[in-house]
Amino acid sequence: MFDLIEKYNVLDAFWLTIKLTFYAAILSLIWGTILAGMRVSPVPAMRAFGTLYVNLFRNTPLTLILVATSIVLKNTLGVTMFADEQSQDFFAILDFRLAILGLTAYTATFVCESIRSGINTVPVGQAEAARALGLSFAQVLRIIVLPQAFRSVVGPLASVLIALTKNTTVATAIGVAEAAGILRAMIEFESDRIMVVFLIFALGFVILTLPTGLILGQVAKKVAVKR
Amino acid sequence: MTAATPAPPMIRMEGVDKFFGDLHVLKDINIEVPAGQVVVVLGPSGSGKSTLCRAINRLEPINQGVIEVDGKPLPAEGKALAGLRADVGMVFQQFNLFAHKTIADNVALAPVKVRKMNKGEARQHAMGLLERVGITDQAEKYPAQLSGGQQQRAAIARALAMKPKVMLFDEPTSALDPEMVQEVLDVMTNLAKEGMTMLVVTHEMGFARRAANRVVFMSDGEIVEDSTPDVFFTAPKSDRAKDFLGKILTH
Ligand SMILES: Nc1ncnc2c1ncn2[C@@H]1O[C@H](COP(=O)(O)OP(=O)(O)OP(=O)(O)O)[C@@H](O)[C@H]1O
Ligand SMILES: [Mg+2]
Repeated sequence: MFDLIEKYNVLDAFWLTIKLTFYAAILSLIWGTILAGMRVSPVPAMRAFGTLYVNLFRNTPLTLILVATSIVLKNTLGVTMFADEQSQDFFAILDFRLAILGLTAYTATFVCESIRSGINTVPVGQAEAARALGLSFAQVLRIIVLPQAFRSVVGPLASVLIALTKNTTVATAIGVAEAAGILRAMIEFESDRIMVVFLIFALGFVILTLPTGLILGQVAKKVAVKR
Repeated sequence: MTAATPAPPMIRMEGVDKFFGDLHVLKDINIEVPAGQVVVVLGPSGSGKSTLCRAINRLEPINQGVIEVDGKPLPAEGKALAGLRADVGMVFQQFNLFAHKTIADNVALAPVKVRKMNKGEARQHAMGLLERVGITDQAEKYPAQLSGGQQQRAAIARALAMKPKVMLFDEPTSALDPEMVQEVLDVMTNLAKEGMTMLVVTHEMGFARRAANRVVFMSDGEIVEDSTPDVFFTAPKSDRAKDFLGKILTH
């Protein structure tokens, strides 16, 4: 088992998975929160954009989003995503960043919908009291509603992050050598030890996702708003 | 001295109509509340008392008519409206304290975020107000840890922190256990004595008799009577008011 892990650089591949997950998670949380803000905004154009975006990206297969991102941005528009074109790793870095972008575009819709359901758990009286004190819409959202909404959706957000971790495997489709990319190679060349190969990857993902669930489960209990 | 133009009323509503769909909840409301006056609004459930109260700071937009606060018409949404709301304190039946903030932070929040007061000053001011409503020892607790009466007093302190020109109360004691009603009414009575302009929707007849300068009786979205507490309680003119008083006094 360990010879396999070493031979195929499994640890490096999982490290890439972790990095993809990490950056996409942070960006999805930010973009998802902004989208949720748009979806509850009093400005009709913002609400329309938020709704359109979520329905479009949430209902498109992730593979399609990633491949489209890659083809449109990289091949057609020649976007470099701030990667250094002289660098030897230019394409690896570019693909990595495009994968983060695609994962974010997709995952943010789930973050948005989680947060929106969280917003619905905040009694309207909270926002009314804040408005009655003279806070602006943005302040009401940022200071009163979102902090309470977040606290009630830590659990669902953990599920979104776990799904994201597993979804990083789709990045193979645009040539990022994360865990699933290596898995494919190993299935091909180590077919006699296929069970071991599967075991390695199943374990790998459990090790990555289990702490997310456990830690955020504790956090959810701790930050829950008492009413 | 030049002939001073009389100070504008603190609240003025003229020809105000409000509909919820087909339901006509405010019907041609005309009322003026001069500075320093305490007006109690009475009326049966569903008569439009809350809606009247909420229309004054535009938590409910109206369909027709004019509402002015301190001589200025209510602005539409946006910065100007937020500015007006900052000057109009509101106390809700359900307290609506910010559940994720301590009591002291609840009180200090709006002065910092809206009035741009510095944090230390806001905090000091907040502690002074908590003392005034008698809950200094609860300052570091969260709302859910307080009794209803304490929460409502904190909510009053939170509204006062903005140094409002007028205070609106929508049934401030209706969600309280009976033994906690008086502590909240005491705070309100003190406020009235200090000269705060107040519009109070309540079912507390004792408070209406003692603290109000004026009683407004609403029924089916209309202002049916507008008189002093004495006149209203001893000699109501309309049948609707007599009926209403008959029901609550037998309780
Ligand atoms: N958001 C709303 N949408 C539709 N109808 C509403 C809404 N709010 C209030 N109403 C209706 O408007 C009427 C007046 O309501 P309002 O809350 O102002 O009465 P109230 O005098 O405060 O009654 P209560 O003593 O029960 O608080 C009622 O018939 C009520 O059902
Ligand atoms: Mg009411």
